[in-house]
Amino acid sequence: MPTLDPVRLTAREAKRLLVDGEISAAELAKVYLDQISAVEAAVRAFILVTADNAAKYSTKVDREMQATRGPLAGLPIAIKDNMVTEGVTTTCASRILSNYMPVYTATAVRQVWEDHVVMLGKTNLDEFAMGSSTENSAYQTTRNPWDLATVPGGSSGGSAAAVAAGETLWALGSDTGGSIRQPAALCGVVGMKPTYGAVSRYGLIAFASSLDQIGPLTRSVYDCALLLQHLVGQDPKDSTSVALPEPVTLPDAERLDGLRVGIPSEYLAAGIEPGVRARFDETIARLEELGGRCTEISLPHTEYALPAYYIIAPAEASANLARFDGVRYGHRCAEPVDLLDMYERTRGEGFGPEVKRRIMIGTYALSAGYYDAYYGRAQRVRTLVRRDFEQAFAGVDLIASPTTPTVAFKAGSRTADPLSMYVCDICTIPVNLAGLPAISIPCGLSDGLPVGFQLIGPAFSENRILQAAHALEGAIGFEPAPTFRDSGAGEQATEPASSGEVAS
Amino acid sequence: MSGWEPVVGLEMHVELDTQTKMFCSCAVTKGDEPNMHTCPVCLAHPGALPVVNQRAIEYAVRIALALNCTVQPRNIFHRKNYFYPDLPKAYQISQYDEPLAVSGWFDYWVDGEKLRCRINRVHMEEDAAKLIHAGGDTGRIAGSDYSMVDFNRGGTPLIEIVSEPDIPSPEAAREFLQQLRNLVIELGVSECNMEEGQIRWDANLSVRPEGTAELGTRTELKNMNSFRFLQQALEAEIPRQVGILEAGGTIDLETLHFDPDTGTTTPLRSKEEAHDYRYFPEPDLVPLLIDPVWVEGIRATQPELPEARVARFSSQYGLSRADALVLGSSHALAAFYEEVVECGAGAKPAANWTMGEYLAHLNAAGLEAGRGHVTAERLAKLVKLVADGTVSTSSGKDVFAKMIEERAEPEDVVNKHGLGQISDAAALEATVAEVVAANPAQAEQYREGKLQVLGFFVGQVMKSTGGRANPGLVNDLLRKALDG
Repeated sequence: MPTLDPVRLTAREAKRLLVDGEISAAELAKVYLDQISAVEAAVRAFILVTADNAAKYSTKVDREMQATRGPLAGLPIAIKDNMVTEGVTTTCASRILSNYMPVYTATAVRQVWEDHVVMLGKTNLDEFAMGSSTENSAYQTTRNPWDLATVPGGSSGGSAAAVAAGETLWALGSDTGGSIRQPAALCGVVGMKPTYGAVSRYGLIAFASSLDQIGPLTRSVYDCALLLQHLVGQDPKDSTSVALPEPVTLPDAERLDGLRVGIPSEYLAAGIEPGVRARFDETIARLEELGGRCTEISLPHTEYALPAYYIIAPAEASANLARFDGVRYGHRCAEPVDLLDMYERTRGEGFGPEVKRRIMIGTYALSAGYYDAYYGRAQRVRTLVRRDFEQAFAGVDLIASPTTPTVAFKAGSRTADPLSMYVCDICTIPVNLAGLPAISIPCGLSDGLPVGFQLIGPAFSENRILQAAHALEGAIGFEPAPTFRDSGAGEQATEPASSGEVAS
Repeated sequence: MSGWEPVVGLEMHVELDTQTKMFCSCAVTKGDEPNMHTCPVCLAHPGALPVVNQRAIEYAVRIALALNCTVQPRNIFHRKNYFYPDLPKAYQISQYDEPLAVSGWFDYWVDGEKLRCRINRVHMEEDAAKLIHAGGDTGRIAGSDYSMVDFNRGGTPLIEIVSEPDIPSPEAAREFLQQLRNLVIELGVSECNMEEGQIRWDANLSVRPEGTAELGTRTELKNMNSFRFLQQALEAEIPRQVGILEAGGTIDLETLHFDPDTGTTTPLRSKEEAHDYRYFPEPDLVPLLIDPVWVEGIRATQPELPEARVARFSSQYGLSRADALVLGSSHALAAFYEEVVECGAGAKPAANWTMGEYLAHLNAAGLEAGRGHVTAERLAKLVKLVADGTVSTSSGKDVFAKMIEERAEPEDVVNKHGLGQISDAAALEATVAEVVAANPAQAEQYREGKLQVLGFFVGQVMKSTGGRANPGLVNDLLRKALDG
């Protein structure tokens, strides 16, 4: 068995090793389970590690599935804990689902299970995917492997940190306003939000139904495409799912000759850190070296996207989270005196402050007399944002921006001010409002922390995005080197076992 | 209540008899063990999503077309939000400002007069689960020891039909509802079983000075689970409102609960009703696009509806408008009548027997048409026995009664009980002679020219033959005996 570095190993290489018989699925699973043992105490990316099942199942793949093994057979994966998995507790990082055992499996998860991936566990997130730092989890705060004093981003912070820390080969996340791309950027990994409807939402615990989308978090653009191939597809159980007009292909582009890339001035206008801006400008220069032609464009309604999102998403959430009432499953308060008392105390005890905040905002926005002023107007803004993109894509093939205005921030530094947290997603939210596909790839470091580069495309342009990102990735040559250091000054974080020991 | 006229509108819910639920593939059943027919979707497990039942849309379109509504090519589902244990998602997927169908009408008959009520809308939604409250004495959730939820019914396709306030009286409201129920049954989309709550309704009522057009403030009436209670509740609410108005008061827009024991309407606690449903478009479902060609296909396969059938009964069977209405309005009775005719009975006598003896039997036994203890085939045989003179009309009624009593064929009843008509002159001559001899005074009157006395003698002969004598023959024989 070759020596493998779990932090750098790509799924593409792991698959080759498995197919060539250089490594067994059980050995590969053990590489990641060992890494989890080594760094999880510091990173805390997983809500649940299914180590026994991973060991057993990978052995089964080795023993029984030589002939029939699926295209992803034996490749270890981590699943964000807002996708239901039959027989494996699914908490959504909420106390209200602390004892919840799903009776079915999300379509996207089932599809990769059927391809014989090996599930390592369920990853941490902001409760009900509401947040940008994974600090809103009811269970634990995940830390960024590049600096344990900083957050991994969110809400798919557990998945992004696990990929960055080499605790998994790749992972599934979900993205409602940036929840895949923002943590991918902050953790220095690749993360993609597909076109709305490309991946079934059946079994994804809903935050905002019209915005939520499952997608991959990986160590390379090629891996991203490989995993995405197995996630997409129209699902008869999800009426909003659609078939992609063409299959997802594995990217091989090295040049980007003739590719027209628009850079929206509005995205660069406010609050982009100088370090982030510098890496972005360098990446644009590389893009042009590869043959791309970059022009400044305008997405004039950008400034209204964030407020519109913070009406629409909470409005939908207020209804989506109403089912957690203590009647059928999940937490129920002790000794309720009557129905109202049961509702109030069950939900009061079960939900954390950010979830409550959004339920209240959403309930208010939908109330009689306020609907037109808030929800109705937000929907009209959404139409304008979508139209901005349509007009822009009449002149360019892709749109580029920094994924986030800043690199990873210190844990605890924004929790007291929700608005400062909300602006983390200023460059990603418009994409969800328009239902478009977008990817974040690492494009360098600023102050030792990763910077994300976002490419946005028209609906169903996944292949175009993946090709461009793949070519850029090659030109950037980003080195995944999480240090597991702790710069301090945030909340205290435990020093992990030396990162030098983790590569088995 | 002179000087005032009521205005009634109805809102009806009909559970559709689809095989599966509105948004999942669980079976729609009645009477099974609780919670057998459930899944992540209809139990609202995390992550589950609704998918629209195509057959439910077809059924809803059938109702909409039968009510002369415009089926909208694009309509959308909304979430109607409220917390209750019978509503697992804590929102009902319903329709709001873009419903399935709008702007129709329904023609119905009250005392032989055709009335038209406009239909505001027909929309689709899902039924709630069933709550069973244990302990306590209210039968409601407040005050019960504990409550159980049966989700078998949860998610059953439900159609809401909303009328305009066009109904002029409590009686008309009852007729409207009965005839609308018949229509839905006719369409084959729901059995509208009342005991199982497959059809339910609320009413709204206002009063206004007679002859004026402006509507008064309405109240909403609930808990009227029979046609009779609907009429009673409305009849109780009219004087209540008029009393308030005549005393110079104003009507509150409120919901009233009808108490069938006292026959009165009382306000529900306003707290229970103070809902803000926070409707918004259901993001888990895409707008429902309804192909007009598909709708026309459904229109072409609509079954014959009561109004058309009543007209056909008049023209095809030569029935009077009133008879055609009685026989043609309900699917079951119409089917029974047509079967009697198909079995060879004449259309008019078949109509008379069906409306007369048969309906009386159904009413007495409390049975639905077609479920009585006389089959159409047997009734047709009886009608034929009367027509060919084997049984007299009056004996026929006895035969009918015995057919039910003994569950027997009419021929067997006639033979066993000797109810055949006596058409043998020789057998009747002795009776005629006896009757004439026993009534000399009347015989004298007849001979003096009072010919109408003949009727008296016919009656006497019928009486002594148990109604079995052939009336024509008796007439002939009597004239002969009296004139001779």
